[in-house]
Amino acid sequence: MHKTYHRVERIAGSVITIRAKDVKYRELAEVTSRYGSSLAQAIRLDEDEVSLQVFAGARGVATDAKVRFLGETMRVPFSDALLGRVFTGGAQPRDNGPALDENPVEIGGPSVNPAKRIIPRNMVRTGIPMIDIFNTLVESQKLPVFARAGEPYNPLLARIALQAEVDVIVLGGMGLKHDDYLIFRDTLEESGALSRTVMFVHTAADPVVECLLVPDISLAVAEQFAIAGKRVLVLLTDMTNFADAMKEIAITMEQIPSNRGYPGDLYSQLAARYEKAVDFDTAGSITILAATTMPGDDVTHPVPDNTGYITEGQFYLRDGRIEPFGSLSRLKQQVNGKTRDDHRAIMDIMVQLYSGYRESLEKQSMGFRMSEWDNKLLKYGERFEKEMMDLSVNIPLEGALDLGWEILADCFEPVETGIKSTLIDKYWPGNKDETEADTVTEPETEEAVPA
Amino acid sequence: MDSSTTGKIIGVNGNMLIVEFESAVAQNEVGYAKIGDVGLMAEVVRIRGRLADMQVYEDTTGLRVGADVEFTGDMLSAELGPGLLTQVYDGLQNPLPQLAEQCGFFLQRGTYLPAIDREARWDFTPSATEGDTVTAGDVLGSVPEGIFDHTIMVPFAMNGTYTVESIANAGSYIVEDVIATVKDSQGRSHDIRMLQRWPVKLPVTAYAERLRPTTPLVTKGRIVDTFFPVAKGGTYCIPGPFGAGKTVLQQLTSRNADVDIVVVAACGERAGEVVETLREFPELTDPRTGKSLMDRTVIICNTSSMPVAAREASVYTAVTIASYYRQMGLDVLLLADSTSRWAQALRETSGRLEEIPGEEAFPAYLESVIAGFYERGGVVKLNNGETGSITIGGTVSPAGGNFDEPVTQATLKVVGAFHGLSRARSDARRYPAIDPLDSWSKYGSIVDEEQLTLARRILREGSDVGQMMKVVGEEGTSDSDFILYLKSEYLDSVYLQQNAFDAVDGATSDERQRHVFEVISEILKASMGFKDKDSARRFFHEITQTTKDWNRVDMDEKEFTTIQTKLESMVSEVTKNA
Repeated sequence: MHKTYHRVERIAGSVITIRAKDVKYRELAEVTSRYGSSLAQAIRLDEDEVSLQVFAGARGVATDAKVRFLGETMRVPFSDALLGRVFTGGAQPRDNGPALDENPVEIGGPSVNPAKRIIPRNMVRTGIPMIDIFNTLVESQKLPVFARAGEPYNPLLARIALQAEVDVIVLGGMGLKHDDYLIFRDTLEESGALSRTVMFVHTAADPVVECLLVPDISLAVAEQFAIAGKRVLVLLTDMTNFADAMKEIAITMEQIPSNRGYPGDLYSQLAARYEKAVDFDTAGSITILAATTMPGDDVTHPVPDNTGYITEGQFYLRDGRIEPFGSLSRLKQQVNGKTRDDHRAIMDIMVQLYSGYRESLEKQSMGFRMSEWDNKLLKYGERFEKEMMDLSVNIPLEGALDLGWEILADCFEPVETGIKSTLIDKYWPGNKDETEADTVTEPETEEAVPA
Repeated sequence: MDSSTTGKIIGVNGNMLIVEFESAVAQNEVGYAKIGDVGLMAEVVRIRGRLADMQVYEDTTGLRVGADVEFTGDMLSAELGPGLLTQVYDGLQNPLPQLAEQCGFFLQRGTYLPAIDREARWDFTPSATEGDTVTAGDVLGSVPEGIFDHTIMVPFAMNGTYTVESIANAGSYIVEDVIATVKDSQGRSHDIRMLQRWPVKLPVTAYAERLRPTTPLVTKGRIVDTFFPVAKGGTYCIPGPFGAGKTVLQQLTSRNADVDIVVVAACGERAGEVVETLREFPELTDPRTGKSLMDRTVIICNTSSMPVAAREASVYTAVTIASYYRQMGLDVLLLADSTSRWAQALRETSGRLEEIPGEEAFPAYLESVIAGFYERGGVVKLNNGETGSITIGGTVSPAGGNFDEPVTQATLKVVGAFHGLSRARSDARRYPAIDPLDSWSKYGSIVDEEQLTLARRILREGSDVGQMMKVVGEEGTSDSDFILYLKSEYLDSVYLQQNAFDAVDGATSDERQRHVFEVISEILKASMGFKDKDSARRFFHEITQTTKDWNRVDMDEKEFTTIQTKLESMVSEVTKNA
């Protein structure tokens, strides 16, 4: 019943055109020629001319290639057997495991009805203080990690994959260097986190069309896990490669480019992916973290710019650390009032003091005399950078807050922090012990002050 | 038109179809492209010979060449009638909560539901009588809809004059019941129901004349009402880079604005933001009526991941609903967030039609389309002498935060006020981040013009001094310049900036704005003398703190007068030294 065709009319880029009847828009076909076979998708119908995008690229496709239509659109098999496995952008096994074909689900499905969405309510714990304390990640949030090429955004994502308190991790790699892919795989394997992870990896050497499929496949799988009640974290890296792949295809299809060669629907295409992030009222959730490299460190480049309009905040990765200024989780207010009563105070004051440290540092570099206050700030800033900002730090939120108090107490007097006195009484190291140990000692300390 | 016109698909490219048709079709006519039993709504956007280009309002996966397209004979229309308020629609006016009941979590393509409940009963009270001569837009009677008397009018699409033959008695009816029969000049009878339809892309013109917008629309935002006011029936735009607070500003306006009805068009933005409005509005009280804010609100939401063509339709659906309520003599505020996403939808369609692109690949007709949209706002005098208005506020999301791009520029040409948000101000946490030096308004302010001129001058000159001080330092600045700078900073922090989360400070009534602005003007006007710069700075820190406290006190409380007296005596202390 599936028709087969043997004559290719045109080949341009990765798109081939044949004459065929009764083809559905976006239907899959199998294209076979001397050099092997690949899936292809109908991307344009014009009377009896069908343009097919060949996933493996049109290289080596002959004019007498065999094109067999499959009668269905792109799907990805879904079951718990996906966990621990690695696939290509075309959903073929990249590890040595068996190919899966049970329970296929459509990719790029419809979007969630806004009336069924709920206001986000749960935090995602990552064990990274710069996220947990200062820009809390919230279930159903979509956040990009903006970084220059060369920043350790992949190690950061790998670390989050290891530490995040979620049920399932879906990792979508686009245009990954093969080394980076191996690092991801090995890191997850060594720590045992691979068993809760599904990886869809397109490496830089793979055909560009497969790069386009990675976010859709990853998110379709994530959606199924979420509907099954799982809290899913989707890590995408690098979305700029995805946008560049779209650009490449759009240009070969002779579409009119809008801004720096990117197609006019860049915003809608990115939004269609990011908006898959959701918290289902009666089921699980999808949270998306996506590395987005900024060409030329320029946040107004079309890819980070459009991304910023779509996502709920952003992390800036600079000099190997999550920058506290500029980074923003727009949803953090929804959750950080419910964690511990000192969370917001610590978040505000530590960043404020760190900003003071930066100013002092600048003064120091210009050769000004350092005041006593400057010296305190310098001491504080160094500890803050080393013990909080370093990406290798892994402590739970409560531990990180305690550490925050300890650093503050080590560097400042309580009044210098401007924190509410009720919190100081409760958490300031020293105070805490005394009040807990013996309340009778209090009058003595009061007498001691005037003396 | 023959409603049985059909066509056949001969090409599919993205959401664009090429359809070969047999008998006549109209530009912008709606048709349904068939996949099995499901019909996907599509609109004719170009006709060439026997071929029509149609944009589909849904995902086109699975359509095939040779499939049928059924034309409806109608343009894309909105349903108008009682029951629109409190609703949440998508861009094609499908009620989203009802869709969710039927389809679950996901939006299922090809499912279209009636926008207005067909079963709800409304208590109709006739006001026209038999023998009355009526034209489109004239009042026949009314039904109570929440807090309003919803007038039932002669449908806007009925041209010419009619005589009322019969009118229903007072009683309870559904929207499809005939409530009046009218006779046209040729003696033919027409049935009138409460429900009417209007093609969204045509402006409603069933009024006597358009008037100049002069009454201020109070938003309770001080920088807006005092410095860059908006008039009822006026238009304004809010361009700003991401994270500058466009959406928050619109949410505040939708809560506090002094209007009867608010139509929110969430067009191509984040779904999460709509959800906040959806979940919070029913809980919030409208200070004007004491009822839930939702009672005066209609939400049209076509978020970024919903089909692009429907996004383009959504702003028109919104403005059509706004026009319907304007015809009842009400003041309506339409907030569109964001018009850039709407313009991008035009660009995507234009690209698929392979039209010759204009700047940044936007279509060449971008400017006239934007102008046409904003021109649907305005104050009108109705046939019965009452007035109604639509105020349109649109956000713009310029690429890279650069206002020189086509959408911002096309918008600036046609709006009456420009509230430009600046990254510098939002980074400095100076909210609302409307730039006081770049923004402008052509409408009249609620405060005294002379005081306003002085305040503007101080802001401008203070900013100049601030710039200069970065180069020459405080030492190189004269005392009088330094005081000028401190005055401008004072005005900025106590008046331009407003804490949205404080119940009192977050919403300042026009009466209070006039009062406070007068007091502050006196302070700005006063010539002051200080021992040195440090003492000047200390003084301004103190009055800033006092004025901020003042902002947080309710005007009716005794403390309000106490703080004002304290403030005035603090100032008189330093004017003595001048």
